[in-house]
Formats: sequence, structure tokens, C-alpha cells
Amino acid sequence: MNLLVCISHVPDTTAKINFDAAGTALDATGVQFVINPYDEFSLTKALHLKEAHGGTITVLNVGGPETEPTLRKALAIGADQAIRINATPTDAITVAKELKNHIAANTYDLILCGQESIDYNGQQVPAMLAALLNLPFVNACVDLVIDGSSATATGEIDGGHATYTGNLPLVVGGKKGLVEEKDLRIPNMRGIMTARSKPLQVLEATEHDAATRAVKFVKPAVKSAVKLVDNVDELVHLLHNEAKAI
Amino acid sequence: MSIIVFAEEWNNQFKKASFEAVSYAKSWAELAGTTVTAVTSRGAADPAALATYGADRIVTIVLAATPYGIAQQLAAMAEGAAGMVIAGTSIGRSIAPALAALAGGALSTNTTSIPTGTAPVTVVRGAFSSKGIETIELTGGLPMVSFVPNSVGIQERAGAGAVESMDTTGTDLLQVTEKTIASGKVALPEAEVVVSAGRGLKGPENWAMIEELASVLGAATACSKPVSDIGWRPHSEHVGQTGIQVNPNLYIAIGISGAIQHLAGVSASKTIVVVNTDAEAPFFKAADYGIVGDAFEVVPQLVNAMRAFKAGQ
Ligand SMILES: Cc1cc2nc3c(=O)[nH]c(=O)nc-3n(C[C@H](O)[C@H](O)[C@H](O)COP(=O)(O)OP(=O)(O)OC[C@H]3O[C@@H](n4cnc5c(N)ncnc54)[C@H](O)[C@@H]3O)c2cc1C
Repeated sequence: MNLLVCISHVPDTTAKINFDAAGTALDATGVQFVINPYDEFSLTKALHLKEAHGGTITVLNVGGPETEPTLRKALAIGADQAIRINATPTDAITVAKELKNHIAANTYDLILCGQESIDYNGQQVPAMLAALLNLPFVNACVDLVIDGSSATATGEIDGGHATYTGNLPLVVGGKKGLVEEKDLRIPNMRGIMTARSKPLQVLEATEHDAATRAVKFVKPAVKSAVKLVDNVDELVHLLHNEAKAI
Repeated sequence: MSIIVFAEEWNNQFKKASFEAVSYAKSWAELAGTTVTAVTSRGAADPAALATYGADRIVTIVLAATPYGIAQQLAAMAEGAAGMVIAGTSIGRSIAPALAALAGGALSTNTTSIPTGTAPVTVVRGAFSSKGIETIELTGGLPMVSFVPNSVGIQERAGAGAVESMDTTGTDLLQVTEKTIASGKVALPEAEVVVSAGRGLKGPENWAMIEELASVLGAATACSKPVSDIGWRPHSEHVGQTGIQVNPNLYIAIGISGAIQHLAGVSASKTIVVVNTDAEAPFFKAADYGIVGDAFEVVPQLVNAMRAFKAGQ
């Protein structure tokens, strides 16, 4: 199988988020970047599929040179080759179009994305990509079974699940459940060493027109101090009369 | 040049988020000086109900089975529209980006405000898992908004409500083989009250009191990530940065430490209550009300107190 995993390069989940003085972009000073947590589930699923069906895993990122350590990490975890499309990921549609142009010119059986990037929380790229390619798409994918050229995929829907069948190629937005947390792999020394000699190809960007423009970022207001209460009746009273939450 | 809004239904009833979506479209239409066109499934819920929230024209269609099919149907109506609104339900989150790709839209998802400006359309959205608030301009195409359910609210403002049917088809690239939604339970993303518990509960056998509290409050149940990782609770209850993001009116956190990744998914809740034995637990910094105490004593008392309160209402 020719497996593609789209990788987003995002601030670590523990990162303190600050913005530049103008408030128009993330201040990346001191921020550690990692493989987007949702993408890790998809990458691990690709490893499982390769182990079961054979094939090649390509990891793909749209971004500048600073994202290469993240791609190398994916190679260390077990991907076979990496591609970076050299473009600033200004918004979801620019990223989706870059991905689409690469995918349309190649043959992939399965395109695994993460449900959402934890930086801009758009949850847009995978569905846009599938629509641009006119390929089937399952979001919040928590189960995926490949049988020859067809797939059965289950996605979370509000309060339940929906299961779909269709033909490959398929695009999924993965999350925990696609593989379990305990299945996630961390790169070992051997993986890190071999990753250095695996191919990482840089492709030039093809399209750039963004549809949206971020004009301002601010941090949420700091919460006022907690009101500690020592009995439940007082809590119920406050929730009803003060917070009007019940 | 109307604002088009998709009204989703389930089991022949409009979702609450659909009324919020029509309310959203109405607020936007008032700013832009235009009307609201609601699109919904034919023969399911009573379309006239949408007029209560501001729909001037209600178009019923034979809905495709998958989000992509629905996105194609909506894209076919996009020409000449002034904007589009989709609630950020699970289905809506699959429809909106596909629609934007098909119809040349400029889309904001995870949106938490009605437009704050119309030239260009400007909205506010959550970013960096609630650690940032972004103002975004929808400049390069038909402006489209997918908003976080329970963020802008439902408002009654009557619209003309003329109902008409339209023929339109979308191609489903997948076959739906099964759809299950747990009945008798409040769906987590739509819940107004969420009762959530963490590793402090010690084991899955102790969740009866959590479910009881949730049932008294008409709340959905949720849990921290490790609780779902070790299989005490289903993955679908995992909230936080890497789970479901919620913004209920009331979030009650019991035996959860309040790690940064957990807070990222729940801090948008309007009121937060924390019950924890450890007065130093980081969650207290993000809480409105707190009880420093043992969940095994506090929760049964809270169940009784809430039950008494509800009975008195
Ligand atoms: C990449 C990444 C992503 C993550 N994403 C998420 C996420 O989306 N959501 C999430 O929740 N976590 C996430 N985490 C995990 C997070 O860092 C914490 O480990 C987790 O939230 C802790 O869960 P907890 O509060 O249930 O457990 P603990 O941290 O073990 O806390 C248990 C709490 O219960 C209290 N307690 C103990 N006994 C009692 C009692 N009898 N009564 C009352 N209180 C009691 C303790 O004082 C303690 O504060 C993520 C971590 C990483 C690395």
C-alpha cells in the first residue's frame, strides 16, 4: 500500500502561548514543536497497515525549513520517506491546495491526516483536501479496516458513531481510537540513526492564495480567583443565584 | 444575496445547534441588511419552526447521506449568497470545509462570535486550544462561518418563513452502513452541563455517583484522558486538548488535577466547579467555585443537594 500521512508541526501541548508585540502572530520564542498529537495516531495506524499489508509510508508537511525536525521524528518513528512542500501555511485552503497538487500527481491508496491541528484548531484541511480531490472522507476516524481496494471506517459523531464503506483512495481525519494511546511509538536510538539517511525531499510550492487573514491574536482574560466553599448547599446556592448556571 | 444557513436534524427533530445557527444567520443578516435562507432536510422536522429564529425562506431538500454529499448540495446554492452558516456539530465540521473547497469559500471554523464587521466579514475564533483568541477576516471568497455550538446563543426573532422545496442532488462517495447514537444520554458536545471525573475516582466501579449527579442535572458525562486511556470510560468521553472540546454553561470537574492539556479543552466553559482533595491542584486556578474535599464524600452530598434544589424548582 502507498500510504500518505499529512503531518502538522505544532507547539507542544505544554507550551505557554504568547503572541508577538503587534499581536498578529505566534511568538515562537522558547516554544517546542512536535508532531501534531492527532497526526501521531494516524502515523501509527499507517505503521500498523504497513505491517499488515506491506507498502511505503510517506509523511508530508507544508511548511518552512523549521518543520524538518518534526518530519525527521516521523521518519525515526518508522515512516519511509518525507516530503516538505516549501510554503508558509497561511490558512487551511492554501495548505489543502498544496497537498492536493502533490497527491493528484502521485498515487496514494490512503491519505491519513489528524482530525485537527492543535495550533489553529481549524479542523479544515482534511475535509477540504478530500473535496478538492473528490475523494471520500471520514472525520474523527476511530476505526479503519482495509480489505483489498475497499475500506470500512468508523467516525465519531455527536453522541455516537457512524460507519462507512467505500473504495480507496480514502482520506481520514484520525484521532485516538484509530490506534490506542499505548500503541503510539516514541523514536528509539536506532530509529533516530536510520532516519538521518531516509529521504527528505523538498518540493516548491504551487499556489499561495489565502482566503482568510488573521488580524489579531490575544490571550484569554485571566480568571478571577476561585471562590472556595465548604459545603454543597452553599455551592448550590451560588450556582443558582450568582453564576445562574443551574 | 441572502445568508444561507444549514439546519441539521436528528430523528426528525432539529438539533438545538440548528436554532443557534439560524439565530447566528439572522444576526449576520441584520448587520449586512439582507435576509436568511435556511436549508433543511425535507419531511423530517417541521421546517416552519426555523421561522421563529429568523428564517425568511426555508428550502427543503432530499438530503444526501454523507457530509460530502450535503456539501455539494449547499455548494449548488452558494452562487449569489452573501454568506453561509454551519453549526460546528460533528456533521457540520465535515460539511463546512468541503463546502468552502467546492464553493470557493473563505471559512472560519471554531468561531465564537457573530461578525464584528462586514467589510470584510470579521469574526472571533478560538485558537491554540483556548490559549489564544483570534480575530480573522474572511477576505478571499464567499464568507462562511462554522461556529462552536453554545457559543453565541439562541434568539427568537421571527422571519417570514416561506417554505419551498428544491431538487438538488449530491454524490455520496461512501455508503453509510451504520449510525448509532446512544439514546437517553445527553451528547457531550451539545450539553449545557457537563459532569467530568478523573483519576481521583480510583476505578471505573466508582462512576455510579458521577452518572447519578449527571442525571439529576440533565448533564453529559466526561472524563480526563488517562481515564479513557486505561479503559475506565469510553474514548468518546475524553475531553481536553486532544479530546472533545466543550463549552457548557457549567463544567463540574471531580478528581481531575487540571493539567494544561485538560484545561485547553474545557476552559471556555462559562462556570467551572472543581472538587479535589488537593488544595494545590492546578484546576483551582481555572475554577470559579471549588470544594477542597474527598469526592467520595462530596459527590453523594452534592447529588442530594442538587436533587433537593431541582425538586424545589
Ligand atoms: C500530548 C498530550 C495530550 C494530552 N491531552 C489531554 C487531554 O486532551 N485531556 C486530558 O484530560 N488530559 C490530557 N493529557 C494528560 C494530562 O497531561 C494529564 O495527565 C491528565 O489530564 C491527568 O488526568 P487526571 O486529572 O484525571 O489525573 P491526575 O493528574 O492523576 O489527577 C487526579 C486528581 O484527583 C485528585 N484526587 C485524588 N483522589 C481524590 C478524591 N478522593 N477526591 C477528589 N479528588 C481526588 C488528585 O488530587 C489529583 O488532582 C495530555 C497529555 C499529553 C502529553
